[in-house]
Amino acid sequence: MTADPAIDKLTLWIVILGLGLGSYLLRFLFLGVIGNRTIPLWILRHLRYTAVAVIPALVAPMILWPAATGEQTDPARLAAAAATLAAGLLTRNVLVAILTGAAVLYTLLYALG
Amino acid sequence: MPPARVNSTFWAGVRTSAPFILVIVPFALLFGVVATEAGLTIFDTLAFSLAVIAGAAQFTALQLMQEHAPTIIVLISALAVNLRLAMYSAALTPHFGAAPLWIRALAAYTIVDQSFACATTAFDENPHWTMRQKLAFYFGTCTPLLPLFIGAVLVGGLIGKQIPPEFALDFAVPITFLAIIAPMLRTVAHLAAALVAVVLALTLAWVPFDLGLLIAGMGGMIAGARVEAQAETRIRREMAQ
Repeated sequence: MTADPAIDKLTLWIVILGLGLGSYLLRFLFLGVIGNRTIPLWILRHLRYTAVAVIPALVAPMILWPAATGEQTDPARLAAAAATLAAGLLTRNVLVAILTGAAVLYTLLYALG
Repeated sequence: MPPARVNSTFWAGVRTSAPFILVIVPFALLFGVVATEAGLTIFDTLAFSLAVIAGAAQFTALQLMQEHAPTIIVLISALAVNLRLAMYSAALTPHFGAAPLWIRALAAYTIVDQSFACATTAFDENPHWTMRQKLAFYFGTCTPLLPLFIGAVLVGGLIGKQIPPEFALDFAVPITFLAIIAPMLRTVAHLAAALVAVVLALTLAWVPFDLGLLIAGMGGMIAGARVEAQAETRIRREMAQ
């Protein structure tokens, strides 16, 4: 990318304060405000899938078009992502998945020069 | 209630959360490294972590800020990643709802994936626990996790600048995210949510202001909820027969 990679200080602090406050309100929402009232089923049903929807949507373009390789698909990074996913699905262990992905990435980056 | 019993549930909480240190510490180290590599000062990085204490949302915000996404998109996307915290809050409410407001306010601040997972499992297994015992256990799980999270961010921030580019740290973020998500894909509904979100994110990559990410996230959530609702109807129909 040709754009200046530095993050603007003002933007950073708006995000730190906004995200900090917003995250706290999400954590406090039911515990503090709703108390013992019940929550509609359809809301809970959608909340359950936020992480598994938003995170893959964020990650998919980073894997296919990495900024570090000028947005060209990179076999080493693609294989590392596949290995991480497979290890995570098989072992259900976050740490094992990270280590597997890192091992594949470094091996292929070294092997492919 | 004898204080000794409250004390022992506190220590049970500390012990239960101990294995999660192995997940939290590398993750927090990595955030410290990636954040300082992105140009944040140690102070920025620590303030960020203390204010948010949710690694996935912090990585999301950092990534989008580096891509110069509009601030409002950064906030909405990272908060969407944290919507699950509202679900945890809802699940803890029946257990802590009767506690004084300041305790509930403190418990809310310390809701993270690991403290929630430890607490709900233990509350299911020990239905006889009083609210004070439950609170003691819950705060027990937070006691090692939160200081170690912040400490590891600091260490990561201090060593970050010394890591050369050959280590391809750019890819640490997607690998970590995949590693977090893969074990969560337990049901067809979770798989459907992830798959729909990925397809939408890739086909909508051209949409300006990273709005494609928000549409993809919402599409995935709706897909997950739909599949879950259909599976429930099917089970109910089979049970009725």
